[in-house]
Amino acid sequence: MSRRLRWLTPYLFLVPGGLWLILFFVVPMIVMASVSLQEGSLGTGYTMTWNISVYPEVISQYSLQFFRSLGYALIVTLATLLIGFPIAYTIAFRGGRFKNVLLLLVILPFFTAYLIRTLAWKLILADNGFVLGTLKSLGLLSPADHVLATPLAVISGLTYNFLPFMVLPLYVALEKIDTRLIEAATDLYASRRQAFLRVTLPLAMPGVFAGSLLVFIPAVGDFINAEILGSRDTTMIGNVIQRLFLDTNAYPEASALSFVLMAAVLVLVAIYARAVGSEKLTSG
Amino acid sequence: MTAAVPAERAPATIHRPPLGARLSRAVLPAFTAIAVAYLFLPIAVMIIFSFNDPLGRQNITWQGFTLENYLTVWGRPDITGPMLNSIIIATVTTVISCVLGTLIGLALTRYQFRGRGSLNLLIYIPMATPEVILGASLLALWVSADVQRGMPTIVIAHVMFCISFVVVTIRARISGFNRSLEEAAMDLGADEVTTFRKVTLPLIFPGILAAALLSFALSIDDYVVTSFIAGQTSTFPLWVYGASRFGVPPEVNVLGTLIFAFAFTMIVLQILWGRRRRAEDQALAKEGQA
Repeated sequence: MSRRLRWLTPYLFLVPGGLWLILFFVVPMIVMASVSLQEGSLGTGYTMTWNISVYPEVISQYSLQFFRSLGYALIVTLATLLIGFPIAYTIAFRGGRFKNVLLLLVILPFFTAYLIRTLAWKLILADNGFVLGTLKSLGLLSPADHVLATPLAVISGLTYNFLPFMVLPLYVALEKIDTRLIEAATDLYASRRQAFLRVTLPLAMPGVFAGSLLVFIPAVGDFINAEILGSRDTTMIGNVIQRLFLDTNAYPEASALSFVLMAAVLVLVAIYARAVGSEKLTSG
Repeated sequence: MTAAVPAERAPATIHRPPLGARLSRAVLPAFTAIAVAYLFLPIAVMIIFSFNDPLGRQNITWQGFTLENYLTVWGRPDITGPMLNSIIIATVTTVISCVLGTLIGLALTRYQFRGRGSLNLLIYIPMATPEVILGASLLALWVSADVQRGMPTIVIAHVMFCISFVVVTIRARISGFNRSLEEAAMDLGADEVTTFRKVTLPLIFPGILAAALLSFALSIDDYVVTSFIAGQTSTFPLWVYGASRFGVPPEVNVLGTLIFAFAFTMIVLQILWGRRRRAEDQALAKEGQA
């Protein structure tokens, strides 16, 4: 290539992948925006009527499932943080030679199909399965108690399925910490608790931030756990979107609902990013 | 650190976590062990029930040990057909997304150009979009354009959500190595293509391999996006989901177990390979010093 055209090289590298993302991510979003403003049915066809009122309609109609999804996803994010932090901490600071093996043990279960894992949980949590069955025969639970079809089952399933997305970024952040900083803190008479709260934890914040997003975003849109482990009372917004699109073919409503979800996620992420001051967290 | 600590215990002291020595000594490892057991619980259930000999369609109570499922699964085209589709889709997706993603990764780390910010946005936003929306918007596109859904639309969707992950993985790898190696090759008269083939590619190859494994895993396991745009084509996750309403036969556990065993072997091989390479590098470095 001649020297004069050297500036073109990066664009040649970018065009195929960039075009793919534009054609199959950006364009579909625009199409979906336009579909959300149309009226009609699958049989008669849709016409553009700039029907903006579909937005307040779907928001009021599905606000219950909407807030339920946000609530579940928030609980799941906190649960994975509480379970994941000690795991990541132990591997990063106490793993020694076995760091990689331990990390592998955490990731390995997730090389099994998502659906098969979730179906296995259905079996484990079954009313007379070995967990509940044992507890019932020991008299710790009454025969009528059940976990499946409750919010607890859906939240446990989501927590299980998204745990590694929390552990990995936490591990990366903790593993990078220069232990001499923690020693310096204790040398300067910080108690271990103070050293943890004021040195380790702030340095782990990029991991907490990344992990929270990696868990919250897929969890809020998930519908598999609610479908397999839940009941009619645990329906999430993902289930509604899927049903409107695939079963009832209510494309405008489903599209509008997708946009509301997307907007909610982006707004929450922006607020969260501002709260943890993540300008520098994400630039790396 | 105090002088009273014996020399051979010094490293342990350095790594000692700050939140209560006693706590971290016993409680944290115990917690981690329980957590690992928890992570493997559903896998154990899957493997155990692949050897079950169920009475009816429902494979939910233990009836007795059999190896039969491992033989009968190959005579069930209703299961192996979707599995084959999934493998084909994952393979094609991996190749395309790795090529496109590596090119973007190279451009982002190597060159200055206008529009870097919007490109970053274009790469990160698909990762920050719930899958159900990715699937829904693609369905809206294909319905509006009146395109028949099937294998090609599945591959298009899978490549779309894999590219971002490939770029991020490759970029982490490229930013970690020294450009002087490439400059040295150019100084010694290698042209750009030769430098890329003999220096750059071997250096970023572990990154590409990791990205390929990730793409393959993401693609073969995808249910959500695929469910929107599969048309009449069935993939393994779609089949399992459909079957889960009536009872999943043990053959599904067999395939799940085999995939797990395959992934396990691949990862162990990769670790062993990485370890050997590191040992070789160290040996070379020693030779160089001598």
